[in-house]
Amino acid sequence: MAMSRDDIFNQVREVLVDALGLDDGDVTEDATLMGDLGAESIDFLDIVFRLEKAFNIKVPREELFPAEAVMNNPEYVSGGKVTAKGLAELKSRMPHTNFSEFEKNPDVNKIADLFTVGAIVNFIEGKLK
Amino acid sequence: MRWIWIDKFLEFESGKRAVALKNVTLAEEHLHDHFPGFPIMPECLMIEAMAQTAGILVGEARQFKEKVILAKIKNAVFYHYVQPGDTITLHAEIESIAPEAASTTGQIKRGDTLIAQISMMFSHVDKNLAGKHFPEENFVFTDMFNSLLSGFVDQKNAGGKN
Repeated sequence: MAMSRDDIFNQVREVLVDALGLDDGDVTEDATLMGDLGAESIDFLDIVFRLEKAFNIKVPREELFPAEAVMNNPEYVSGGKVTAKGLAELKSRMPHTNFSEFEKNPDVNKIADLFTVGAIVNFIEGKLK
Repeated sequence: MRWIWIDKFLEFESGKRAVALKNVTLAEEHLHDHFPGFPIMPECLMIEAMAQTAGILVGEARQFKEKVILAKIKNAVFYHYVQPGDTITLHAEIESIAPEAASTTGQIKRGDTLIAQISMMFSHVDKNLAGKHFPEENFVFTDMFNSLLSGFVDQKNAGGKN
């Protein structure tokens, strides 16, 4: 039986609560992993490992969190902003992510805000289809 | 000098699990102060002993090509004190391993008594620091660690050579 979005969210929440030492209430769809939930880079790998186990799937890190590769390419980032080309690249690599806020001011320091709980839930939902 | 907190390996299954042993002795000077009249092995050193056991297990799984650094203590729970005269065993298992990192679970025991449960994340540091460079030589796995594994793994792979 396919999992509902709520089921997936609940399991993602459990993963994040365990990985980041949070309370259930901290984890909302809109919460950003780094800004709101205090995740650091090594936590992203921890989260990837835990998601693989919880959902019994393979999660290539660069698929779920591909921004690093984009940020290190000068064609995609210029003057502290993500270029139009970079934005297109991010969008194609992160179809599970909502870019509407980021597009207004594609500051490279705001890339972290793209990694929300909702984006993970979308990603897992796509993987389980 | 490296502080090595395991005395030898008892079991070593490449890429899967390892068991190391440590004898705790009052010759370890820090026990005189921790605590005067009540010497117990500091929990932080049990964490280090587990990091060495699990870290060598993770390093050997990639033929010591990666610089394996303890990146996160996911969980550490201690149930009993460890005192001079005790022999503890450190049981480590690889839970997940990827090109950039590994996660391990582990238990420390004295005989059959569970002393601690410790889960960790290790980073393969060269793969995680975009643009930053570390020395070529593998400063994590030195000859000291190499000797611990003698008899368990092929020596030509071990010990600081890339």
